Amino acid sequence: MKLLTGNDLASGDVTWWTGAGWSRHVEDAVDVGDQGEAIAHAEEGARRVNGPYVIDATLTPEGPRPAHIKDRIRALGPTVRPDLTLKPADPNAGSWVI
Amino acid sequence: MGDLLRYRDDEAHEEPAVTLDAFLGQSNATAVRIESGEDARVLLPYLDRIALVEVSFPKFRDGRGYSTGRILREAGYQGELRAQGDVLVDQIPLMRRCGFDSFAPEAPVDEAVLAASLARYEFHYQAAADPAVPVWKRRHG
Amino acid sequence: MYKYDEYDHSIVAARVEEFRDQVNRRLAGQITEDQFKPLRLMNGLYLQLHAYMLRVAVPYGTLDSRQMHMLAHIARKYDRGYGHFTTRQNLQYNWIKLEDAPDILAELATVEMHAIQTSGNCIRNISSDQFAGAAADELTDPRPWAELLRQWSTFHPEFSYLPRKFKICVIAAEEDRAAMRLHDIGIQIVEKDGQLGAAIYVGGGMGRTPMIAPLIKDFVPFDDFVSYLEACLRVYNRYGRRDNMYKARIKILIHELGADKYAAEVEEEFAAVKALGIDPPRAEFDRIAAHFAPPAYDADAPDTLDRSDPDFAVWLDQNVSAHKQPGYAVVTISLKPIGGIPGDATADQIDLMADLAKAHSFDELRVTHAQNIVLPHVRKADLYALWQQLRDAGLAEANLDLISDIIACPGLDYCSLANARSIPLAQKIATRFSDIGRQRELGELKLKISGCINACGHHHAGHIGILGVDRKGVENYQLLLGGSGAEDVSLGTITGPGFSEDGIVDAIEKATNVYLAQREDGERFLDTYRRLGMAPFKEAIYG
Repeated sequence: MKLLTGNDLASGDVTWWTGAGWSRHVEDAVDVGDQGEAIAHAEEGARRVNGPYVIDATLTPEGPRPAHIKDRIRALGPTVRPDLTLKPADPNAGSWVI
Repeated sequence: MGDLLRYRDDEAHEEPAVTLDAFLGQSNATAVRIESGEDARVLLPYLDRIALVEVSFPKFRDGRGYSTGRILREAGYQGELRAQGDVLVDQIPLMRRCGFDSFAPEAPVDEAVLAASLARYEFHYQAAADPAVPVWKRRHG
Repeated sequence: MYKYDEYDHSIVAARVEEFRDQVNRRLAGQITEDQFKPLRLMNGLYLQLHAYMLRVAVPYGTLDSRQMHMLAHIARKYDRGYGHFTTRQNLQYNWIKLEDAPDILAELATVEMHAIQTSGNCIRNISSDQFAGAAADELTDPRPWAELLRQWSTFHPEFSYLPRKFKICVIAAEEDRAAMRLHDIGIQIVEKDGQLGAAIYVGGGMGRTPMIAPLIKDFVPFDDFVSYLEACLRVYNRYGRRDNMYKARIKILIHELGADKYAAEVEEEFAAVKALGIDPPRAEFDRIAAHFAPPAYDADAPDTLDRSDPDFAVWLDQNVSAHKQPGYAVVTISLKPIGGIPGDATADQIDLMADLAKAHSFDELRVTHAQNIVLPHVRKADLYALWQQLRDAGLAEANLDLISDIIACPGLDYCSLANARSIPLAQKIATRFSDIGRQRELGELKLKISGCINACGHHHAGHIGILGVDRKGVENYQLLLGGSGAEDVSLGTITGPGFSEDGIVDAIEKATNVYLAQREDGERFLDTYRRLGMAPFKEAIYG
């Protein structure tokens, strides 16, 4: 599957395209198929996202899993500061990245 | 194409600028265009008869033209020095300091933003090709 | 240290308003990200993996307690309670909001700080010797020269759109603590006929094509100093490559032209520039230098130490260096706790270091390129009390220049350019070698990790260097041996095929075992490597 991701213009937060808007959680991301570039263009023009790009991912029981480690780290947060990730209470969250 | 912005009192020069090669091979041209990467110093023997030098900025990241401007001014060039191309509003104050006194930006420039930008810095640390007095000279007279 | 006058204040205040205007224009959609990017970069604002990152300049690594407290305040108010000290002697915040950036700059300006030219293709923050003004071996304090260059390079109208970034370093001691010859321009202040001047090295750097800067001019007197640098930069601005960003640094120009030809071009340009009257007068140098006058030392400060606490004695031997003033010492606070994140400090730790500087170091601190903090002027009599406070705050790791004093870039945990993570590897290595007795047995061993070829972690200059690469989506690490950023500067050599994260920790242990088995009296790891060459190390690692 293809996901569309970028950063929020004002806050810089990592965001994922949900089909209707942007979420901080990769679990909410939807397959954009071949529409990624078009959505990115429109959303960037409306300043709802900064630096959007399309990535490859696979759908798992836990939700979409970005193919590249860089995007998995973006989705979770820094592996060396679990307290600052999106899943600070989950001791195994870091292993999802690897 | 944006409007021509001029900071000179004289009339805009009408003659189209010729390439550097054409200028060097043709003794009566009074306006010349320097591409980024061309050596402005070859013009030094002819500065007295040049009324317009147009310096090309093909991309805003290409900063060679800043040196071109200063080299011409430092050699005593008094004519119009025009920055043409991908010239952005936030770059014009720097170009002014390098001796440029006219601008032909490819995209329109917001004049209010430009005016604020040109008025923003009261002091400059270093000497350049404009009349600004460097801070060290202000400190020591 | 340097204090702003009305001119410095005016310029920095104008910069805050300029950036506020630029941010507002971006948020309002008047400029695109393509147009905004160079503007924000010129002010140290990056878009990284998780958020915007703001890099605050610490000119030549010197700051006072008020500035340090401000860094802590910003970490609490606008970030997540910590900051990262960098290999450029700066500080980075990892979780900045674009909309907050102008307010942060306004707060920084109240303590004479800014983020000017901490990124972008311009002249970056000038770096220097972290022991400047204190080192027993220095000829003079290099910082007045660095401050002169800070002012000259700030918003330099001709050199704000160079082919690529430009890093300048100024030192004034024979021992090079600042990797001077791995800068675009490295300057050593030297004496000739009773006069101080600058030896100029041009074209060093790390990155994908590491080079050691050759000497371009052995002596530039003060009166020509700014003109000469102006000429150096102008030649680069005109002739540096712009067709390929990977070949745009000045080191490539020097390499392609040859140092002699470059030096000749500079001389020609200098002849033209010198006539312009752009060199500040000596009175300006003297004005700046007066700010760096030695503090009011106690001439009667006792020169003896009580070493009876063994843990304190280890820290003394490892982290305390000779001061030029009897009765005083230079303290390096390690930001490399075993298993911690190299260079990170919490807001509370930053505040504590500020308080300690105020109480014990004439209100002065330094940031080192090895990502530690220095208290430059501490009475020897105060060292024990200081050490106890550091220990209680987890800041007394006695590992300066040992294998666990690792330089590591932020790597793939934070950086959008990285190919592999650096920090977890630093943590594993430090943990493997955590025993301080074992570390001291290994002696001086500078280990440096970069998470990509841009070499922010100085891996080329490590006695042991590590480069993280992306091998088909999996993190992989190359091992280098034999680099040095000191006065015996050299570039490391890759041992061979790369390793997994665990594999490289084992490989490092094998390399250190070769050293322990084969070293001769007084040899450091680097010396043994230089004497023996790669072969025995390679055999132990891969055999």
